[in-house]
Amino acid sequence: MDLFVFLALLQDGITTGAIYLLLAIGLLIVFAVTRVIFVPQGDLLAFGTLTAAALQSGTVPGTLWLLDGLSALALIASLFAGRRAALRGLVAWGVYPLLVTLAAIFLAPRQSPVAAILLALAIVTPMGPLIWRFAFRPMGDAPVLTLLIVAMALHFVLTGIGLVLFGPEQASAPTITDASFDFGILTVSGQSLAVLGCCAVLVIGLSWFFGTTIYGKVLRASASDRLGARLVGIDAGASGALAFGLAAFIAGLAGILIGAITPLSYDAGFDIGLKGFVAAIMGGLVSFPLAAAGAVLVGVLESLGSFWASAYSEVIVFTLLIPVLVWLSLRGGSTEDRA
Amino acid sequence: MKARLFAVATAVGLLGASVAAQAQIKIGAILSISGPAAAMGVGYKGAFDFFPAEIGGQKVEYIIRDDATDANNAFTIAQKMISEDHVDAFIGPSLTASDAAVAPLANQAHVPMIAMAPYEYDPAKQPYTFSDAQPLPLMVSVVFKYMQQKGVKDIGYIGFSDGWGDQVLAATNINAKADGMTVLTDERYARTDTSVEAQALKLISVHPQAIMMGNSATPAALPVVALRRRGYKGEIYGNHGIVSPAFIKVGGASAEGVVADTSPLVVYDQLPDSNPIKPVAVAFMADYAKKFGAESVNPFAGYSYDAMLLLQNAIPTALKAGQPGTEAFRVALRDALEKTHEMIGVSGIYNMSPTNHNGQDARAAVLVEVKDGVWTAIR
Repeated sequence: MDLFVFLALLQDGITTGAIYLLLAIGLLIVFAVTRVIFVPQGDLLAFGTLTAAALQSGTVPGTLWLLDGLSALALIASLFAGRRAALRGLVAWGVYPLLVTLAAIFLAPRQSPVAAILLALAIVTPMGPLIWRFAFRPMGDAPVLTLLIVAMALHFVLTGIGLVLFGPEQASAPTITDASFDFGILTVSGQSLAVLGCCAVLVIGLSWFFGTTIYGKVLRASASDRLGARLVGIDAGASGALAFGLAAFIAGLAGILIGAITPLSYDAGFDIGLKGFVAAIMGGLVSFPLAAAGAVLVGVLESLGSFWASAYSEVIVFTLLIPVLVWLSLRGGSTEDRA
Repeated sequence: MKARLFAVATAVGLLGASVAAQAQIKIGAILSISGPAAAMGVGYKGAFDFFPAEIGGQKVEYIIRDDATDANNAFTIAQKMISEDHVDAFIGPSLTASDAAVAPLANQAHVPMIAMAPYEYDPAKQPYTFSDAQPLPLMVSVVFKYMQQKGVKDIGYIGFSDGWGDQVLAATNINAKADGMTVLTDERYARTDTSVEAQALKLISVHPQAIMMGNSATPAALPVVALRRRGYKGEIYGNHGIVSPAFIKVGGASAEGVVADTSPLVVYDQLPDSNPIKPVAVAFMADYAKKFGAESVNPFAGYSYDAMLLLQNAIPTALKAGQPGTEAFRVALRDALEKTHEMIGVSGIYNMSPTNHNGQDARAAVLVEVKDGVWTAIR
């Protein structure tokens, strides 16, 4: 292996590592606030890619009708939950989907990449709160294991829906930039720089959000002590919806970014999500910096593993979990205690 | 006493009459119409719309069931078809795993079955099992003959890290050995992988003259794009699993020049007039494309159609031995299928024998190349 190959592998590993990092962040946010291991995040990633791809090719994506259908149900449900909830529901589940639908029908035939990306994000993001509203909120204080089983089941439901909406073939999301840059012997594509750029912007944006805004502080309060947060008047339902919305947005963004580099099919998200999960586990499902380091490690290790022993690259990545889990269990303390 | 005997005799007679009235040929088809293999199942099922309602002067009933891409379901369906529907033959299953599940049942009940997925078995142990899908080594050998003509001496291999990747590699190794070529490296990736950069770099680093791919459908475009992006100039070969318009759509300009084998049916309109398969394939596909659209051309409908042709060819002989619904008929049907000689189907030409229950030869594969964004037959 010469220097060129090593650098090329490193660059490839860091790009995919950045995607795993995004998913790890989404998983951490959702887990900290709601104790749900958000398995279907990977499916939302695939939805992001395929929705943007459909819009780019001039068709109205099937996920739009899914959004409309679920929103309609949420709207009906909110009408029976008091005047304030009804008003909020009307805006969130009535006006918003209507605007997105109109925009999608109007903009899809123009096949503009920018519109496709923005609309895909606008369609995928509300899926998070909708999943929370219908699958997890009614479960209340169920144990982590029960929530995990429901999350797993949801993954299969969403994969099935993905097959119906998009068919079995792969599709590519529009690229943000087609430029490429020469760094000595190495050529780096603008798209992989865009992935890293988006990742950096998101991390900085999130730290600002959690550090200064009231909603960020609400999420942090819910994450550090759920019961305490409720005692001081924080609405658990609203913070859950916010966490799921953030995770869905991140998943959609990750799907659009990676989908421009490699085409994805409806069922590709689970594996990517699983690797993001490995990274999140490295952070003990609490630490963002450790998860970030884990994500880059997973990406680079996967890339090097694919070069040396391609048949075992996944084995290598998932074996990484064993020492981490041993260390976490030796350090003591179950995640359940914090809930 | 006498009256009672008369009553029993009448009853038996009536029963016999009712059996005779019902004597029609029943063919059970087990297809994967839903589930992960649904995209192929749709093709398998489409062909049934063009099957004859009568064969050898007997009415034919086709019972189509969906195994939802699950071998357990296929097993249950086959059990029911044997014990309740009393089928005379099986078309399918259309999934290799389902074939393996149904074959023991069919052989035990003496019901001939025509497996429609590549399925490896010993005809001596499973005399009632036939198969009309091209065996993988046969398809791959056609690609290797072409490579040999082009003077390829060493190849790099990249395939899925699953059963399909293993099977194509096995066929690649057999053919490479026979044709005096060396397989330099064996690289693998998963269908859902997001990057094959590392594998592409590894392949390029061993400098193979050509690359053979053991993958299928749109994920097969992934290494092609990565190799071309990294500046690989050699030829890229694939198997019939990649021959679809979707592969070219995802592969874009990188897909140009990729060579693969495929079933004759897929390029039915491009076959030379001297090919005996052409008229049969054109006749079938003209109707099929009219009903399902020009985009719907697929090899899978051809396997269903050939299964029907094989049965249609054998049933008149079997009818001489017994009525449909009887074991004598099924045994004779099996014997007749085994004697199939030079029968022209849409996926190949069949010559069966007690040791060969597939009967296809190199005529069952044609070579195609991506030219100007379409799969074009190589003459």
